[in-house]
Amino acid sequence: MNLSGLHRKLIAAARAQPPGDQVPYTFEKRVMALVAARPRMDAGALWARALWRGAGICVAFVLLFSALTLLLPAKRSSSDLSQDFEKTMLSAVGQDGDSFE
Amino acid sequence: MLSVPTAFGIVKKMERADAELIAAVGKGDTASFEPLVQKYSPQLFATARRYARRESEVEDIVQEVWVKAFQKLDTFRGEAPFEHWLMRLAVRTCYDFLRRHQRNREDMFTDLTDSEVDWLDRFVAEPDGATEEAAAARQLVERVLAQLSPPARLVITLLEIEDRSVKEIAQLTGWSIPLVKVRAFRARAEMRKVLARMVRSKYL
Repeated sequence: MNLSGLHRKLIAAARAQPPGDQVPYTFEKRVMALVAARPRMDAGALWARALWRGAGICVAFVLLFSALTLLLPAKRSSSDLSQDFEKTMLSAVGQDGDSFE
Repeated sequence: MLSVPTAFGIVKKMERADAELIAAVGKGDTASFEPLVQKYSPQLFATARRYARRESEVEDIVQEVWVKAFQKLDTFRGEAPFEHWLMRLAVRTCYDFLRRHQRNREDMFTDLTDSEVDWLDRFVAEPDGATEEAAAARQLVERVLAQLSPPARLVITLLEIEDRSVKEIAQLTGWSIPLVKVRAFRARAEMRKVLARMVRSKYL
């Protein structure tokens, strides 16, 4: 059998008999009832919701880490913060081999 | 017959009317959506009937298209006619339907009706004698299309039955042009296999 010919013939049959475009009775009313029941999505509201959720998660993390900082025992250091800072800043100065020439 | 400027003027007027209705819906006037539903539902039904057999499924598809259209109306920019935007939505909804209802494509050719068998016999004996207007031919086409995978069925329907260009199909489906061409090639090969299976089941 000539399959290409059969293919062409069947496609021609599909073209010759297109489906109908009848719309069922009161279809429009049913669609309108459906769309009225579903509010349109507001992009701004979606963004706001997502941002609020993100903000909530961030606050939760802040609280968690604050709690951990307060509850965990602090390391005792012999010097205070200002001395530690000075030490860090000046640690590079005075190393052998440093030269500005 | 309308002159070209008059026909163009009427098209422009219709597009303005659609744009006004869409703007009204955007401002919260939901009732303005109904004229759009009335105007374009026939086209949507004709499209959906190419992909679904049962009327209940056809109605579900078209309802889904309208609900999506209403939800996404603010994404319609008005660069192309509303009809094109709506048809894109319709084609994609039909494709989703095909994928959801992808049945196990068992052989549907074991129960060909007498009229279908007669039509095939007539085609074998004299190809020109088997008329395209015959109901049996239409039934055979539906059997064959039902056996194709969703992308193959979509491409064959758009490209060969509706005679759309590759560029149009790419716009409707969201596929790239090379992808449409690859799918068209595969779809034709798939259809040949399905036809071969149909012929084998008839004569064995």
